[in-house]
Amino acid sequence: MSAEDWQIVWFTTWVSALSTLVILPFGLAAGLLLARRDWPGKSAVETILSLPLVMPPVATGLILLKLLGRRGALGGFLHDTLHLDIVFTWLAVLVSLSVMSFPLLVRSVRVAFEEVNPRLEQIARTLGASDLRVFWAITVRLAARGIIAGMILAFARALGEFGATIMVAGNIPGQTSTLSLAIFQSVQLGQDNHAFRLLAVSVALAFAAVGASEYLARRKWAPL
Amino acid sequence: MKLLLQRICLPLKEFTLEVDVGIQSQVTAIFGPSGAGKTSLLDLVAGLRRPKSALIQLSDRVLTDTARGWNISARSREIGYVPQDLALFPHLSVRGNLLFGYRAASNSLFRFEHVIDVLEIQPLLPRGVTDLSGGEKQRVALARALLTAPRLVLLDEPLASLDQKLKAKIIPYLCRVRDEFDLPMLYVTHDQAEAAALCDEVLVMESGRFVRQGKPDAIFVDYPMSLSAEGYSRRLEGLQSGENRQFSDD
Repeated sequence: MSAEDWQIVWFTTWVSALSTLVILPFGLAAGLLLARRDWPGKSAVETILSLPLVMPPVATGLILLKLLGRRGALGGFLHDTLHLDIVFTWLAVLVSLSVMSFPLLVRSVRVAFEEVNPRLEQIARTLGASDLRVFWAITVRLAARGIIAGMILAFARALGEFGATIMVAGNIPGQTSTLSLAIFQSVQLGQDNHAFRLLAVSVALAFAAVGASEYLARRKWAPL
Repeated sequence: MKLLLQRICLPLKEFTLEVDVGIQSQVTAIFGPSGAGKTSLLDLVAGLRRPKSALIQLSDRVLTDTARGWNISARSREIGYVPQDLALFPHLSVRGNLLFGYRAASNSLFRFEHVIDVLEIQPLLPRGVTDLSGGEKQRVALARALLTAPRLVLLDEPLASLDQKLKAKIIPYLCRVRDEFDLPMLYVTHDQAEAAALCDEVLVMESGRFVRQGKPDAIFVDYPMSLSAEGYSRRLEGLQSGENRQFSDD
């Protein structure tokens, strides 16, 4: 493994972790709204949130490219007001990983919240707890395993993201090149040994993520 | 204490809960078959449900008055609630559950040490609530409600899940709480013996309406009793006279 390879591994890992943290508050809010409330348009929002799971990733990438490009609605606004360009930068990698892993996080969080007995939250209120305290001390604590498992799934999905990322961020060595993109490029150039080394790292990271998820799913919380 | 439940109207699936009653006894049983609307009424009093119309007043404090758009939230009502499933927080220890709503009360009756002493909970404090027996869970749920220094306690069939032997062991604790804390209580049950052993007054509820109100002796004279109040009383006398002061219910 060369220094360049380790840079790719490090970049892929931290930007995947960052994307997971970025989507966490939105995932918690969306999961809670879907689990606990009925509201007009809920089905439409559920469908939109699931689109990145079922659409071809390159199609999602194309939408992001059109949205975030200098002539796109959001990209143009950011360029004109903040002089910020997203497309073909590490920020584009962050955005594509976030968008592609968001549905997995929301699904896990929603199920985790649905499994919390609402009666516990009600009784916590009769004990004098504010809505915020009920949310953090009861709802989130009881759903914590599901939330963390969802974060790990989202992280693992981000590690392996390819289609949307190459559309919106390209594959610029040292800037936007991730493990998946580097493996693809190595195979294209006939550098199979290099591709296999990166593949081995990908497998190790995936094992660690799935192992952690399984461990959390089985672990019994010790009472506080 | 005077609890006013007036103009109560809450549509439920099978019927509409309609109540208009004033309660002045210290411990009042709400007695009736399953599905009569008893739990829904307690939820209303606790502020966990929004009625179509209601005036709920506890002594001089109006808790709900839909005519004026007034509603005090559940967290500010100062009402302790022990639900049928107890709703102990499974991720917290017994101590964590008890301290969740603990208010360092000016009234020394509701001091932490005093409450756990009355209910003999001290040895349970470090344990997880999922490891407790049924009777221990009942006592912890009751203590948790008391530690909020409530002005009224709602007990929703607190003994329903226990067998007769365990009931006989838990009832003395309820009697102690009744006598020690001098707290008004609404006690939902469909067990006549429990109502007779603990309560000063009985309100009989059927399909969302109170159909009778009176002293336990007067109310239950017409009813066949599965386990007589005298039977309970005899057990209580035996337990309280010291033949089983440990109240171990494992």
